[in-house]
Amino acid sequence: MSTYLIRNVSILGAEPTDLLLADGVVAGIGSALEGDGAEVVDGTGLIALPGLVDLHTHLREPGREDAETVETGTRAAALGGFTAVHAMANTDPVADTAGVVEQVWRLGREAGHCDVYPVGAVTVGLQGEKLAELGAMADSAARVRVFSDDGKCVHDPVLMRRALEYVKAFDGVVAQHAQEPRLTENAQMNEGELSGRLGLAGWPAVAEEAIIARDCLLAEHVGSRLHVCHVSTAGSVRIVRDAKARGVDVTAEACPHHLLLTDERATTYDPIFKVNPPLRTAADAEALRAGLADGTIDIVATDHAPHPHEDKDCEWAAAAFGMLGLETALSIVQETMVDTGLLDWAGVAERLSYAPARIGRVADHGQPIEQGAPANVVLYDPSVRRVVDATESASLSRNTPYAGMELPGRVVATFLRGRPTVLDGKLV
Amino acid sequence: MNRHLLSAGDLTRDDAELILRTAAELRSLADRPIKKLPALRGRTVVNLFFEDSTRTRISFEAAAKRLSADVINFSAKGSSLSKGESLKDTALTLEAMGADAVVIRHGASGAPYRLAHSGWVHSSVVNAGDGTHEHPTQALLDAFTLWRHLGVGGGLDGRRIAIVGDVLHSRVARSNALLLRTLGAEVTLVAPPTLFPVGVDTWPVETSYDLDAVLPKADAVMMLRVQRERMNGGFFPTAREYSRRYGLDGRRMATLQDHTIVMHPGPMVRGMEITADVADSNRSVIVEQVTNGVAVRMAVLYLLLGGATPGSSAGGDE
Amino acid sequence: MCAPPAPEGSSTPTSSTPTPAAAAAPPGRVVLDAHDIARALSRISHEILERNKGADDLVLLGIPSRGVPLAHRIAERIAAVEGEAVPVGSLDITMYRDDLRMKPARALLPTEIPAGGVDGKTVVLVDDVLFSGRTIRAALDALGDIGRPRAVRLAVLVDRGHRELPIRADFVGKNLPTSLVERVRVTLAGIDDEDAVTIHGPAVPEVTE
Repeated sequence: MSTYLIRNVSILGAEPTDLLLADGVVAGIGSALEGDGAEVVDGTGLIALPGLVDLHTHLREPGREDAETVETGTRAAALGGFTAVHAMANTDPVADTAGVVEQVWRLGREAGHCDVYPVGAVTVGLQGEKLAELGAMADSAARVRVFSDDGKCVHDPVLMRRALEYVKAFDGVVAQHAQEPRLTENAQMNEGELSGRLGLAGWPAVAEEAIIARDCLLAEHVGSRLHVCHVSTAGSVRIVRDAKARGVDVTAEACPHHLLLTDERATTYDPIFKVNPPLRTAADAEALRAGLADGTIDIVATDHAPHPHEDKDCEWAAAAFGMLGLETALSIVQETMVDTGLLDWAGVAERLSYAPARIGRVADHGQPIEQGAPANVVLYDPSVRRVVDATESASLSRNTPYAGMELPGRVVATFLRGRPTVLDGKLV
Repeated sequence: MNRHLLSAGDLTRDDAELILRTAAELRSLADRPIKKLPALRGRTVVNLFFEDSTRTRISFEAAAKRLSADVINFSAKGSSLSKGESLKDTALTLEAMGADAVVIRHGASGAPYRLAHSGWVHSSVVNAGDGTHEHPTQALLDAFTLWRHLGVGGGLDGRRIAIVGDVLHSRVARSNALLLRTLGAEVTLVAPPTLFPVGVDTWPVETSYDLDAVLPKADAVMMLRVQRERMNGGFFPTAREYSRRYGLDGRRMATLQDHTIVMHPGPMVRGMEITADVADSNRSVIVEQVTNGVAVRMAVLYLLLGGATPGSSAGGDE
Repeated sequence: MCAPPAPEGSSTPTSSTPTPAAAAAPPGRVVLDAHDIARALSRISHEILERNKGADDLVLLGIPSRGVPLAHRIAERIAAVEGEAVPVGSLDITMYRDDLRMKPARALLPTEIPAGGVDGKTVVLVDDVLFSGRTIRAALDALGDIGRPRAVRLAVLVDRGHRELPIRADFVGKNLPTSLVERVRVTLAGIDDEDAVTIHGPAVPEVTE
């Protein structure tokens, strides 16, 4: 296994130092390190972060290999600085059995661009009717700890209660897609002044907040831990904040697009901006940033959702929900959180690496860059700016809402257990 | 005026008045022996209807033909449109056929906007009703009808127009609210609270839940169609209760000012939002609205297509 | 979106567009003043009566915009002589123009056909300036869609020559030899400040599309 000596790199924004990666671990940190035979990487001007961990990725395999495969999705992940991703369960067949999650897990290992941790479905076929074999998935080779019907809400309160209770046996967590189905029938965009003007069926904030509030009370009642996917409204942030203050074991994620974009984008009727939950108002984005800064929102998760061109090159109502996110996540966090002074690089490491690894119970990721830690490291250049070009994405799909936008920063290198998956900004 | 007509909100007052003045000239064509003008000779207008609307399609067809355009009707019924073939594929087909204008009716809000801005076609796009968004030519014909009855000598400035009914799902209400405001009228939307969209307070209109309070002050009352299906969504308890609170009947009509006119974009649900005696009364301009529809659509097609094609000399997309 | 259609006489045969601002610019040389115009219209009125052997079945149609007030003035003079009103109307030719596609869509001007219609009547088309003849060609097409007159005659205040079609005027206020680079401008009280016909030299730089 090759050895890498990164010269003069700033770990989490601290004073520049040398960083030696050898035998899959961090073998040395200090000035003027010797690395016999090591490949030397000039880290001048670069930030070293622990390998990013995404708790919310759609890799689409099995079933929609025309949109993404484990191979292409993990390439995109590596280019975005991720060393681990959680693959959501809404595949076809649904990841609701040990067989499917093991298949996804194995495909991830074979691809080798980052570690793939399958998420198990909470209910059979995401139908919201009966629990899937959560224990079997937990005991499988994939060692599933995160369970989610993402894309659909576990809206039956009894089922949700049982799921929250049941996963305690193997320290699992239910990641809820909070969307009250009756309040969002045929919903197309955030309900507000704009939805009324554009004639698009509204998606009220309360449809998200009501489920989050209920689930926080359920988690409190049964003493389970709860994770809330893609929090998108100011009201949701408030509810999570209150629950945490009461001691409820709840964690929450925000997506890059909800931090950066607002419902104004819908005025183009371009469904590249159609996403679930929908883009909200500027005030909501502001509240998400504040919540992420003060720790109410624990993590940033991408909700990377590839879709083939034809599912987006159509009228709004006919289009699929979702947008790409892996390759732009860190840049958007820099733009919205770091460059605005809301978060330092240590805070970024916490929210994009340590915390998601903790929530997903992923032992080998999300550890500080310290002597002996697994050598999962990202080198990031925050000083450059780039214009996003959709055609350059490693994803099979092109549905990035940021095409043509100028974003700060660039992932220069990603190391997975000491092995580079990305060098000079390119896949190895 | 843009090369497309997608939203009534895109029209400036000058644009709107130009369309109305042009329509006024064109309306007299109906009284002439030869109801045809040569202005769009050699132009092709495609009526692309993804939703059934015989009256709107016929109105556009008559308008285009009276201007000597070639008309191609392309409707969802009995074609591959309803399922399978996408808006995009259809658009590419029309583009290949050399359509100069596409008049589109679609169930999805924003579909005309997409058609105009996606690069699929280079023709002018006219929104003939999209989802619950807008129906700008309906608003123009309503404004034209109001103008003829109320605008003598001074346009619609300060005129009070009540629009009553299912505002939430009504593209007619949206377009009328925008256009009538542009023309200086004061619009009051009247509906039960469940049939107002969220954010209606930011629209340039007044709102009311009380029809009886609004009627005596109105110069025109526009009744919107209320689909009985809305009851299933629980927007109101029963058709009977809706009619009692928001229907226009003889008793309510008696509270109107002498000059006040009654309008309806059609098709009417007699007995639901409007009673037969009101619809057939001499205040009703409902039949005239249909006549005016052809004139207004002629004006729109003429102004969009009659002159030089924008971009044709530049040779590029805008 | 559209400039008002320029009176034919004031535009060169190419696609230059005299805007109101340009028209208001240098004064130009006056070739007919209010007095001359009044006299010319009186003479035209008499000639029409003479040619028509009275005012029976006569219909005057002015071509907007300045042909319309001219038609009304002629009608007043005929009425003064004959003691009965002659039907007057206007005939917009915008949609019949052969250069419709060369500029953005133009606003329509009023077409008002007198109640008796034009079938079997002697229609006198009235315009301010006769130039290429294209306006009159369009007017004949427009008239054909409205009815079938027994005869169509043409009265113009000024004939400046340079015909591009086989069209001639029956009644001419003044023949005015001009150069193609010159522009003839008719102003009429009611639309403009005063009655006048002026010639503007080539010095006026024109905006050509």
